[in-house]
Amino acid sequence: MPRVICTDATGHTTTLEMRAGWSVMQMAIEQQLAGIEAVCGGMLACATCHCYVDPEWIARLPPPSEDELQMLENVAAERRGGSRLSCQIYIDESLDGLPIQIPDRQV
Amino acid sequence: MDPIIIIGAGQAGVQIAESLRQEHYSGPILLLGAEAHGPYNRPPLSKKWLLERHDPAQLAIRSVEAIRRREIDLQLHCEVTAIDRAQHSVHLADGRTLRYAGLAITTGARVRLLPGPALRGVFGVRTLDDAQALAAAFEECVARAAPLVVIGGGFIGLEVAATARKRGLEVIVLEGLGRLMSRVVAPIVSDAAARVHERHGVQLKFDMKVEGLIGVDGQVSAVRTAGGIEYPAGCVVVGIGVIPEDRLALAAGLACERGILVDACARTSDPLIVAAGDCTARRLADGTLLRLESVHNAIEQGKSAAAALLGRERPFTATPWFWSDQYDVKLQMVGLSHGYDQIITRGDLDKPAFSAFYYRAERLIAVDSLSRIGDHMLARKLLDNGLSPLPAQAADPAFELASLLRPSAA
Repeated sequence: MPRVICTDATGHTTTLEMRAGWSVMQMAIEQQLAGIEAVCGGMLACATCHCYVDPEWIARLPPPSEDELQMLENVAAERRGGSRLSCQIYIDESLDGLPIQIPDRQV
Repeated sequence: MDPIIIIGAGQAGVQIAESLRQEHYSGPILLLGAEAHGPYNRPPLSKKWLLERHDPAQLAIRSVEAIRRREIDLQLHCEVTAIDRAQHSVHLADGRTLRYAGLAITTGARVRLLPGPALRGVFGVRTLDDAQALAAAFEECVARAAPLVVIGGGFIGLEVAATARKRGLEVIVLEGLGRLMSRVVAPIVSDAAARVHERHGVQLKFDMKVEGLIGVDGQVSAVRTAGGIEYPAGCVVVGIGVIPEDRLALAAGLACERGILVDACARTSDPLIVAAGDCTARRLADGTLLRLESVHNAIEQGKSAAAALLGRERPFTATPWFWSDQYDVKLQMVGLSHGYDQIITRGDLDKPAFSAFYYRAERLIAVDSLSRIGDHMLARKLLDNGLSPLPAQAADPAFELASLLRPSAA
């Protein structure tokens, strides 16, 4: 299964072992990764599972939907080029090792 | 050392346990869940999960292992039968009596059902078990080309109706009043939602007083209304609201009024006991009783409750928000529109992709958005910061609401 490498605002790194059909947010919540809140449980209603996908990798992900783009305009931490909502990120083996950063705040 | 005991392992209960750890409480925590499942998100049960039926583990608020790693003693299938406030203890159905240093009640709410004998094929949607049973009933209805009758045109009923249409069922919604979601939204929002449902082939019947269910061999076969009309039904979803689960608190003599009464810091009438989430009610300064049934409320009250257990005050002051998904329409609400005297709309009513700005005495009090995510997120910030666009500004599509949040606007 592909892995996602998560680095939090303090520089601490955690590796998430993904499961087929699970979003990055769902794995992060399951593994109790600090810094991902996901208040709405992945319903695209809260923008509290914001993450920064590494700029080198961002173009390899399917692009965000219009709804996600609108939510991204209102994330609590700084919005950057690699900003995504982790509840919308599903990856396969081709993205094994995807590096993401966790912002310092979600609300 | 006696533990802090939390009765109810839903959104609010989990929040309290985790907030206690975040606030550096290092004593024992006992989190008691009545269901067999670990803590899970309920909102998708009437929406995405009901359609896709993915692995229920993906609904987890936290995995059971992750919770236990934080030294939170999560016990499932664990029913509390009584609270003994004099002894600072709770009694469990399995015969145990456990003493507590502090107690949190997060028992949620139960589905309001129709009177009459129980029939197969009649569902409320509250738990994962409910949703699993309903999903199976959907498949049967599809196979038999039998319709779904939804009683109640509120959020749950309409979300289930939308999901059932996507699954290919014939759907009839029987609403007791003259419009949809009337308890929460203005007529202009109700009407837009009704148009969306009708466009998707749902039959909406208003001012329908349901008289009873008709069954054949213990299986529901039709819904009868006061007018004597019988609507054939392969299955029935009852979406007429919930009842706050305050029976334990009531029996223990805690102040309750359509829920366990708490203050802004989630404290009950007993100094050792807090409560949070759907089981609570709050008496506001103006005398009104506030009951919120939402994830946001469960989380914020949970944070307040954890602080209160540690002797700190953390009042819940954020503007409440809610959401509902019906087809591709995202309905998002922030603030409480009760008592509004003016509504300004922004956007396209027909599509629908618009927001309704509710004003009272020219002050913004709430915003409902249909597929206007940007409006909703901005409205949350405006209301949380006590900012109010002028009605004319809200009505002007060229006016940038975000400009009010910039420091220069102050």
